[in-house]
Amino acid sequence: MLFYISSGLFLGWSLGANDAANLFGTAVGARMVKFSTAAIVASLFVIIGAVVSGSGASETLNELGEITTMAGAFIVALAAAFTVFWMTKLGLPVSTSQAIVGGIIGWNIFAGLQTNPQVVTKIVGTWVLCPLLSAFFSIIYYMVVIRIIGNSKIHLLKLDSYTRFGLIIAGAFGAYSLGANNIANVMGVFTQLSPFQMFNAGGLFTLNSTQQLFLWGGIAIAAGIFTYSKKVMMTVGKSIFKISPVGALIAILSSSTVLFLFASVSLKTWLVAHNLPSFPLVPVSSSQALVGAVLGLGLAKGGRNINFKNVGNIALGWVITPVTAALFSYIALFFMQNVFLQTVVG
Amino acid sequence: MKAPFFNKAGELITEIDAFLDLVDETSLIFQKGVRLFLNGEEEKFDSNLKRISVVENKADDYQKSIKYKLVKYMLIPDSRGDVLDLLESTDNVVDNCKKVLVHFSIEQPYIPDFLKNDFLELTTQSVQSVDCLVKGIRSYFNNLALVNDYIHKVHYYEHEADELEELLARKVFTAGSIKDLCLKTHLRYFISRIALISDLAESVSEKMAVAAIKRSI
Repeated sequence: MLFYISSGLFLGWSLGANDAANLFGTAVGARMVKFSTAAIVASLFVIIGAVVSGSGASETLNELGEITTMAGAFIVALAAAFTVFWMTKLGLPVSTSQAIVGGIIGWNIFAGLQTNPQVVTKIVGTWVLCPLLSAFFSIIYYMVVIRIIGNSKIHLLKLDSYTRFGLIIAGAFGAYSLGANNIANVMGVFTQLSPFQMFNAGGLFTLNSTQQLFLWGGIAIAAGIFTYSKKVMMTVGKSIFKISPVGALIAILSSSTVLFLFASVSLKTWLVAHNLPSFPLVPVSSSQALVGAVLGLGLAKGGRNINFKNVGNIALGWVITPVTAALFSYIALFFMQNVFLQTVVG
Repeated sequence: MKAPFFNKAGELITEIDAFLDLVDETSLIFQKGVRLFLNGEEEKFDSNLKRISVVENKADDYQKSIKYKLVKYMLIPDSRGDVLDLLESTDNVVDNCKKVLVHFSIEQPYIPDFLKNDFLELTTQSVQSVDCLVKGIRSYFNNLALVNDYIHKVHYYEHEADELEELLARKVFTAGSIKDLCLKTHLRYFISRIALISDLAESVSEKMAVAAIKRSI
């Protein structure tokens, strides 16, 4: 069983290694927060987010394609992981969320199953909405923060302290949201095949089968954060964020809010109960949410020095990533079935 | 228990405030020193000179401590360079105030009675520019909206000092009662050194203007 979920665990590891930089890159790169603090906070909250709130986005992936064998799930996760690896090597924009969707569609095609176009539309629509919504929140938060700082006349050094504290809190919220939203990418394809039984921790709490799977996925993400994300934080974090620490705080808060909106089952339930518009629970790209937030910040400041090339790169990713992952998935499934003689379609 | 970064920030805020208080004090001691010298009150002038040395040394110590702590604790990473530059440049103003008084003490320039009021007025304008500079730097830390107001005032007092410098120099070189060229040159030196304080204050205020613009979210 460990072998089959290893592809998902690898995907989790690479998610932790790369995406943690989005949360703590500026704080660690500018030496406002120690890497050890960032790693501990991010790991803890990513695991909590995955276990507590990971089921919502995962269900949407199951609506897209319900993989019926462990070997099939292994290949789909591996195809997504390979797509992320290969496109990163080529320096192309890539999202784990988009790769796993492509991988599942590849399995549907191989299995001869119809992919529900409504689900695809819902998912792709969310990818488009994600950076836009992030930009929107960024503008709102910017206006609020400007007003607070302007009216309160905080000393520069006190503002620095509050910002450091805020970056840790925002990073924790971001890690929770990342875990809640993206654990579906890591372990979503295995949820229908989870071998775990209900776990009771002496009456304190219980973990169902899916939650235990997500716990493993969360631990893999945490391993990625601890083992590889420092390098990414120090380089990628610095290059992306040529904005102030307060600006970075706004951007992280905005992108985390969006990830949370697209992951929280309880929030969706509350909104529906109060006849308010709710958001579909879909795994989205944390990097694209962050790019949207930074663009929103640029717009809020007057629209100068906005890098519209980033917008083009995001749109390119929406097409290339799932198509590439679907192709890899199909080819790998063929090999797994016909060369390794494993059952990939149940 | 407050988080460590709040404690360090509090520590530095206190030191920066203390440093700026000392800059203010130095300029006032300088102004008093010039007045005492012009009035011929030697003993009080000497005591005043010792006092400005003590205050200037304290300001130096604070400036070094602030610089060390800002770098060691890696506070305000995006503004640190500007703040260090501002504080170092402001320390130069303090150093010059002390230097001028030391030169008064060593060289004992002869200042004719008809020039004393102008010397005092020039000193006042230079000190006012330093006063506005200090207020401007406090605003840079606490209330960015007021920085430009103080920069404008520094420019005003520097301009007044420039005009007085020229007026004084012309009086020195056209006065029939001052016959020796060396005496005229000596007086011109002291006029320039007093006016230089306002020039230095203006130069710091220009750096502050750029730093304030950079301090946007």
